[in-house]
Amino acid sequence: MNRPPEPRGGTGRRLRGMVRKEFLQILRDPSSIAIAFVMPVVLLFLFGYGVSLDAKDIPLALVSDHPDTNTSGLLRAFEHSDYFTPYHYADIQTAMQALRRQRVEGIVWMREDFSRRLLGSADAPIGVIVNGVNANQARITQGYIQGVWQSWLEHYAASQGHELKAPVMVEPRVWFNAALYSRHFLVPGLIAVIMTLIGALLTSLVIAREWERGTMEALMVTPIRIREILIGKLIPYFILGMGGMLLTVALARWQFEVPLRGSFLLLLLASALFMLVALGMGLLISIVAKNQFVAGQIAIIVTFLPAFILSGFIFDINSMPAPIQVFTHLVPARYFVTIVQSLFLAGDIWPVLLPNAGALALMAVVFFALVRRRASKRLD
Amino acid sequence: MFARIIALTLKELLAVLRDKRSRFVLIGPPIIQLMIFGYAATFDLNDIPLAVYNEDGGAASREFISRFEGSPHFHVIATPDHDAEIAPLIDERRALMVLHLGPRFGADLARGDSASAQIILDGRNSNTAMLALNYARTIVIDFNENWAARHGGATAPAQLVMRAWFNPTLSSRWFIIPGIVGLLTLVVTLVVTALSVAREREAGTFDQLLVTPLRPVEILIGKSLPGLLVGLIEGSLIILVAMYWFDIPLRGSVGALYVGLGLFLLSAIGVGLMISSLSITQQQGLLGAFLFLVPAVILSGFATPIENMPQAVQLLTYLDPLRYFMIVLRSVFLEGGSYTLLINQFWPMALIGLTSLTLAGWLFRHRMY
Repeated sequence: MNRPPEPRGGTGRRLRGMVRKEFLQILRDPSSIAIAFVMPVVLLFLFGYGVSLDAKDIPLALVSDHPDTNTSGLLRAFEHSDYFTPYHYADIQTAMQALRRQRVEGIVWMREDFSRRLLGSADAPIGVIVNGVNANQARITQGYIQGVWQSWLEHYAASQGHELKAPVMVEPRVWFNAALYSRHFLVPGLIAVIMTLIGALLTSLVIAREWERGTMEALMVTPIRIREILIGKLIPYFILGMGGMLLTVALARWQFEVPLRGSFLLLLLASALFMLVALGMGLLISIVAKNQFVAGQIAIIVTFLPAFILSGFIFDINSMPAPIQVFTHLVPARYFVTIVQSLFLAGDIWPVLLPNAGALALMAVVFFALVRRRASKRLD
Repeated sequence: MFARIIALTLKELLAVLRDKRSRFVLIGPPIIQLMIFGYAATFDLNDIPLAVYNEDGGAASREFISRFEGSPHFHVIATPDHDAEIAPLIDERRALMVLHLGPRFGADLARGDSASAQIILDGRNSNTAMLALNYARTIVIDFNENWAARHGGATAPAQLVMRAWFNPTLSSRWFIIPGIVGLLTLVVTLVVTALSVAREREAGTFDQLLVTPLRPVEILIGKSLPGLLVGLIEGSLIILVAMYWFDIPLRGSVGALYVGLGLFLLSAIGVGLMISSLSITQQQGLLGAFLFLVPAVILSGFATPIENMPQAVQLLTYLDPLRYFMIVLRSVFLEGGSYTLLINQFWPMALIGLTSLTLAGWLFRHRMY
């Protein structure tokens, strides 16, 4: 490297040396690259293609004890539904066995007297049993069964020569995600998870290694100032994290076709802010832990898992118990997930953006103040 | 031979347990995670923030709305008076759902025409939106039946009678918490084993270990036992908390659960040691464990069902030991699973365990620096 000599002792020169060292450290360790670039892609593809809350082709057992034109009408309604893959069973015992063996997720059962009661007293019961182990899935299945039942009722009424008019008709309109694709809701939230991974987990591990090996102390006896060490450490990981974010956004936009309805510039600004918070957490963890094993564990527990579970990325915060809802306010990813989901699906909604960005800015300031205090103590 | 293995096992246990912070990391976080997961990870909706825009105001519309007000699932947070007030409520995430009754709602109902109830949902969380819509539909169906019965309209000639097996109240906690047993056991076991060889490689003591009279098989066993012990103890602890703190019923055979746990630990240790013997530094070991952990959890069906995944991804899940253990856990906890029902989950875990342990043992000698 032939670089012209520079005046000794300039902050710029020391900082450049520090940044260069950090970059080399990242580039030379394949595991850093794996976390920064392979992990985002793996996560995106897993979530984009693999994880879906949208049930389709649900295996459903259909049983009619006394098949006739009435029961076959209802069975046909289930066969024509996109949500179900129907299996016919001769009696309820074998269908229940299939449910127990997890061959089917649910049973629709019409008893012997179905037609008689349908035509007579008009109170024919349709037995529905679902496997409740996965409660969320079971509820969605029940909803679909209800939908098929309602459309069958209309058909049936029409076939009897009168129009069935439900007193109240529901006219649903889903804003922002009309087709209710879970991918459109999961993929933007992933940006927060991936940036947490790079900003907090990777950063804390790498810096904890310096403490563990004693190279941090060696750095501190050089003329470099603590502020310069911190900034020198931050710049490469900031760039790495933003790279991971851009990659994620590009894949979300073009590979998974999630609409970006808000402004890209705002997304970039909010991400930069969140990146600073994540880096602040990473630095703080490494300073507190000073040991890779402990730093890695703490980073997973206080940054990665909360970003997954307590941020509203998958689980709805409003449904959590009140004390945990209060606790989620301490999770930076919560604010960022809200911003990202709104920017992608809804647009530039200032009343959402401003308070959440404000909270992130506050957290960044707090974390860096803590880092500065803990780090300077070490030099004394 | 046994003396040598026991000596190595003790040394391995000490390496993990000697440091106070490492000790805490093995016990504290799993309990914290179990608590937070147990309470926070739920798909059940309650108190959905609802805004009601009633342009009609008549008795019928009020009766209709009172059904929503009375439901434990909804919580009325605003009653806008103009169209223009609806959008900000949804945009700013103050309301998840807006119920809009037009000015002719009561008149249509009285005349026997279908009155329309518009429901606007925030689709940013698609799952929540779908569940909220399902709750709303159930309320409306109920109202319709009741209204038709009182006003001489045609009631539906056939009714759905719904039941859910294994989890009658459809509490998603019953689904998530048995899954957490598998998740946390995997995390702890993987962290302990993934660092064991890497730590020695980084310190340079692994080469020394290789030139001692210990045979590779003995090293393998000595390195595996601490993970097995830690995994069994932590796993049992979490199972107890699931049963006695969260009141999850354990309906099946405890023996089958422990056979599953043992085989699962075998495969987790195998994978952990494989990662460890591939890594030169502890950092690589940890990051490698993490690179395995995240996909393993996502593909296990822990939060989202495997059946919803595309075919190619479903095939990939067969390589994931956690996938089988999740089925064992949920089956034994909720469905009363037994050995015979679960045999098809046991042998793949055993296979994954033996393959990965063999590979790890081979890597001990063949990856040298």
